[in-house]
Amino acid sequence: VAVSHGSPVVVTAEINMNLVALTVMGLVNRFWALSYPRAVVFDEVYYGQFVSLYMKRIFFVDDSGPPFGHMLLAFGGRAPLNFNLGKYSMNVPIWSLRLLPALSGALCVPLAYQILVELHFSHCAAFGAALLILFENSLITQSRLMLLESVLIFFILLAILSYLKFYNLQKCSPFTAGWWFWLLLTGVACSCAVGVKYMGLFTYMLLLATAGVHFWHLIGDQTLSNVSVFCHLLARGLTLVVVPVAMYLSFFYVHLTLLYRSGPHDQIMTSAFQASLEGGLARITQGQPLEVAYGSQITLRNVLGKPVPCWLHSHKNTYPIRYENGRGSSHQQQVTCYPFKDVNNWWIVKDPGMQQLVVSNPPRPVRHGHIVQLVHGITTRYLNTHDVAAPLSPHSQEISCYIDYNISMPAQNLWRVEIVNRESDTDVWKTILSEVRFVHVNTSAVLKLSGASLPEWGYRQLEIIGEKLSKGYHQSMLWNVEEHRYGKSQEQKEREVELHSPTQADISKNLSFMARFTELQWKILTLKNEDTEHKYSSSPLDWITMDTNIAYWFHPISGAQIHLIGNILTWASANVATLVYVCLFLWYLLRRRRKICDIPEAGGLCVGGWAVNYFPFFMMEKTLFLYHYLPALTFQILLIPVVLQHLTDHLCRSQLPKNMFSALIVAWFSSIYLVYRTFSPLTYGEPILSAAELRALRWKDSWDILIRKH
Amino acid sequence: YVTYISLFFFSWDETHFGKMGSYYINRTFFFDVHPPLGKMLIGLAGYLSGYNGTFPFQKPGDRYEHHNYIGMRGFCAFLGSCLVPFAYLIVLELSKSLSAALLAASILIFDTGCITLSQYILLDPILMFFLMGAVLSMVKYNSCADRPFSAPWWFWLSLTGVNLAGAIGVKFVGLFVVLLVGLNTVYDLWELLGDLSLSLVTLGKHLLARVFCLILLPLALYTAQFAVHFAVLNKSGPGDGFFSSAFQSRLIGNNLHNVSIPEHLAYGSVITMKNLRMAGGYLHSHWHLYPEGVGARQQQVTAYLHKDLNNLWVIKKHDSNTDHLDPSCSVEFVRHGDVIRLEHKETSRNLHSHQHEAPMTRKHFQVTGYGINGTGDANDFWRIEVVGRKAGKRIKVLRSQIRLTHLATGCILGSSGKTLPKWGWEQVEVTCTPYVKETPNALWNVEDHINPKLPNISLDVLKPSFPEILLESHMVMIRGNSGLKPKENEVTSKPWHWPINYQGLRFSGVNETDHRVYLLGNPVVWWLNLVTIGLYLLMATCTIVAIKRGVQLTVEFKELSEVLLHSGGKMMLGWLLHYLPFFMMGRVLYFHHYFPAMLFSSMLTGITWDTLLKFCAGCLSCSVGKRVYTYGTLALMLLIVYSFYLFHPLSYGMVGPMASDPNSPMAGLRWLESWEF
Repeated sequence: VAVSHGSPVVVTAEINMNLVALTVMGLVNRFWALSYPRAVVFDEVYYGQFVSLYMKRIFFVDDSGPPFGHMLLAFGGRAPLNFNLGKYSMNVPIWSLRLLPALSGALCVPLAYQILVELHFSHCAAFGAALLILFENSLITQSRLMLLESVLIFFILLAILSYLKFYNLQKCSPFTAGWWFWLLLTGVACSCAVGVKYMGLFTYMLLLATAGVHFWHLIGDQTLSNVSVFCHLLARGLTLVVVPVAMYLSFFYVHLTLLYRSGPHDQIMTSAFQASLEGGLARITQGQPLEVAYGSQITLRNVLGKPVPCWLHSHKNTYPIRYENGRGSSHQQQVTCYPFKDVNNWWIVKDPGMQQLVVSNPPRPVRHGHIVQLVHGITTRYLNTHDVAAPLSPHSQEISCYIDYNISMPAQNLWRVEIVNRESDTDVWKTILSEVRFVHVNTSAVLKLSGASLPEWGYRQLEIIGEKLSKGYHQSMLWNVEEHRYGKSQEQKEREVELHSPTQADISKNLSFMARFTELQWKILTLKNEDTEHKYSSSPLDWITMDTNIAYWFHPISGAQIHLIGNILTWASANVATLVYVCLFLWYLLRRRRKICDIPEAGGLCVGGWAVNYFPFFMMEKTLFLYHYLPALTFQILLIPVVLQHLTDHLCRSQLPKNMFSALIVAWFSSIYLVYRTFSPLTYGEPILSAAELRALRWKDSWDILIRKH
Repeated sequence: YVTYISLFFFSWDETHFGKMGSYYINRTFFFDVHPPLGKMLIGLAGYLSGYNGTFPFQKPGDRYEHHNYIGMRGFCAFLGSCLVPFAYLIVLELSKSLSAALLAASILIFDTGCITLSQYILLDPILMFFLMGAVLSMVKYNSCADRPFSAPWWFWLSLTGVNLAGAIGVKFVGLFVVLLVGLNTVYDLWELLGDLSLSLVTLGKHLLARVFCLILLPLALYTAQFAVHFAVLNKSGPGDGFFSSAFQSRLIGNNLHNVSIPEHLAYGSVITMKNLRMAGGYLHSHWHLYPEGVGARQQQVTAYLHKDLNNLWVIKKHDSNTDHLDPSCSVEFVRHGDVIRLEHKETSRNLHSHQHEAPMTRKHFQVTGYGINGTGDANDFWRIEVVGRKAGKRIKVLRSQIRLTHLATGCILGSSGKTLPKWGWEQVEVTCTPYVKETPNALWNVEDHINPKLPNISLDVLKPSFPEILLESHMVMIRGNSGLKPKENEVTSKPWHWPINYQGLRFSGVNETDHRVYLLGNPVVWWLNLVTIGLYLLMATCTIVAIKRGVQLTVEFKELSEVLLHSGGKMMLGWLLHYLPFFMMGRVLYFHHYFPAMLFSSMLTGITWDTLLKFCAGCLSCSVGKRVYTYGTLALMLLIVYSFYLFHPLSYGMVGPMASDPNSPMAGLRWLESWEF
């Protein structure tokens, strides 16, 4: 085949000037004076701390979401930073830290345009949608700071857009490169969204449901063979389920690989997890003997670790003869759970049949079902329980270290060791790995952390009880050995010296990635912040009408301030549009059922997106803020041009009303721009407004706008 | 169907509902989180059978002695036994198959849980009766669809409405069956809408008939129940404090009934203040302090729903501490706009507020008790104002709506309605709100008023109208329901325990010598139900995909798939609606909440297995197929009967050692470690 020579290589590029213009506008709008204010604004305190922990490679747990968002933010950081409330020091690369959220915020504008185009709306409507996003004050505020919502919204919109692209390709050319690309991008964007914040899950579910419905139509298509239907199913399963899950796991993998040093949140994790981090517990446990034997010196940590992680503890003081409420006690030595490392946390495992407190040679390991006595190291008293009510939980037994007062109250200090996570009945009790229950032989009570703190006489340490009716294996009844060594000293004096000395020996334990992942994931999901109310928290009902705002930052001298406050006109229009759309939708649905077809189906995705990102909050019990509404709001804004275009197309048949309608829309757009300009001082933090001007901006009584008193 | 009523003890929740039955007979007013119908019926049954309402129902395990309780138990047991024929009829109507109906009915006959639950004075058998009644009539009217507006059609349609009213009238859980019927009706109308042979006028008729029978009729009946409830209970009782002053004035024996107190508020009077929000409490304080970290460490001020000595406050002038009750000084009335001080009678501390965050509502200010023997500081001063009055007018007891404005900060005393944690004894939070809004939260009225120097005047307090009472009692019930939170560290039953029969509920008897009854489903039946749900989902998916792919079915199979998808789908929907919502509830849950869902699950089992066997039989040759079908059904029945034989002591009572003891005759039946019979 002859190739015609002579013709030069021609690259024809199509550039949609709309897209370019929108992107530039978005960039200008979001990047304007980005490094102002040079102060830590609102939640930047948290994110900043996490970024600096990333820089230092220190392990942390954040209960607000998975680690991908923090990782992205950390790209902007350079050196270890110190974040406190107040001003940034000069060496903080504040611009680069805020770069990523601002960039994603800016890219949302062209994305909105593209989405409407893919939904087969006119370029005019698409341009309108993008402008609405552009002039939405709350989105601007949120994306100009080091916060994660704008990144989340970016990934959500990207997922929607790529799914739409994929769906439009589905009709003409399935299984082509483009088809695969957009399908894969959908899955990737979804997992990124979920990785940034768990809220992304709502959109992911919505897309899965949409894909499900579309696939259902595909099943009904009888021109396709069974095999090709199966191939379609496989492709979707792979890209929309397997890939996202794998990516989600990989976020955690990177997170755990990067953060290998022990840090401030170690205490939340189990001993085994802590031992896998460098420093901290690992330094202590490194080289401990693995198997607990008779004569071992151990510290016992409660597995539940709530309200605080603590170790089984005893000290010289005894229970008061009478409590405040008049009940009596045994007046024996107190046993508590103590949240700090202390020499009084050491216990010695003793064989009831023998007198010695040292490990024999070779060591005799303790196995599941063995009966032992536990001797408190410093006071050499035996862990004991009897039929006396516990100080704060009168239904349970008191746990004490036995003192013989020579009254008819014999020692009952035999405990059966039950290893809960054993594999066989002959399993050995292992340091750190084994979770153990101590069952009292005489009364079958179980050693348990009740969670209550003792009054003054018990130094506010936590109460330990013997639970009589033990239901199941609650974690508060499980203990594990954290520090451990084989005792060598026969004499009490020597033993005290030995107990005070640090442990040492020679094994390191490595948890598999999956074990560490499940533990961390579980902790993230179940960790609860004590503080359930915040000054600026609000309820979902306040969000629709924007009855609340959040004061992000306030300059104490100049009075400049930044608020999370939306463009009220856009919010109102979006609400109206939603209402109109839902009404029209229902009306058309009824008409279609009577075989009159005039329904527009696009836009359902927007209403769906708004609904799935909004309604679940009514069922949540955590502290909620206005910024939780922003993803839902984005979908709602996209709906406005959809409704407007439908109305122009169907209601204004002749030219005159059409022109009038267009004029109205232009007027409305200008007023949206005006509102945006009016509130922009609160969005960008400058120019500084006077008290009178601020008072004039308080359009709703419920808005908190800070006005200094002079 | 055997019912067994010879227990002398009463057990568990009978303490509640038996007592409430007695209240009806004695006509004393009480408060309960459930609507009144169930308890009214129990009371009626007791009354008709000669029970005189004197048994105290104090703690589980007391003996009934000579009291006549058989009527109440017999009534519940009768309703419980109606479930079996209902289930039979429903399944027969849905699947047109005798063996499916028999299977479903026998599951309910031989389920130990259902038997136990219907032997006692509880609301559940009554609820389940109405629920099944509603489903039965719904199914019946659906099958009359070919003859709309005929007499049977009207009959079943309106009977559905009646049963719905009954179901919600017993417990709010009845709302789920309303939802089921509602969804079914919407689907029904949707089908009619698609039928182009019907004119719009006919459609309108259909719609109106349903609106009338399924919405208006139940609403009317439901309201009527409350009318009877309020008419019967006209004496003061333990539930008074939950309701507003106006409500209380209806009750004979309440201190507000035909009340006679000083009319105008005067300095030195001892008063109680009641919050005007629905189910608002009395302004209350006690010796306990706010814990550390919650605002200032001063004395707590809360709102409390019960009448108590700690609700009493003395109204004083802000600038003098003279004893106004001293006979030498003259009576001085409090006037609109005065600045006053409220002193707590028991602790002699002043009502106080300052710019600390309130414990729960962080945007409001904290309210505390401050000062010693009435000497405090300027933060104890409040301006008293009456809504819609001019300055200088006197303030009327009960009728004036009072607002207390804190002088120093300008905030208004109110009750936020949020429950305080344990340190606040789970009373309601009182705050000072800086947002000046006209809500009942921030308004109070003076209820009790004691001033020996003023003459008592009989006041005819404005009696509330019936809609007001109705609304108020619903608000109180909703608040009560959401207040039933599990206590810390309490082991509660979790919804996922239920279908796997993980843990039962001890009804009566704790020790080895006691006659013990343990509520636990027949494990064989329950696990069969559980497996069937999975099986059903599998079968339904296969069928629906096959139909969507255009597979040609024979007439016989087409009918089978119709039954599977439509009839089975209804039961599946019923199960989901009665089960899933519990996962989202924050209140305390019990095992017996699963029983309505279990009814649907059992009927689904009947339908699914019957369809499966028929399908198998259809695939095989004629004679073999028939044999497979007969033997399959028989085997299932025998399995159920045999398991009942094994487990029947659970519901009819056991004596002897606990099952955890290996010597017990029940030890071999303790298949799960969590069972404690």
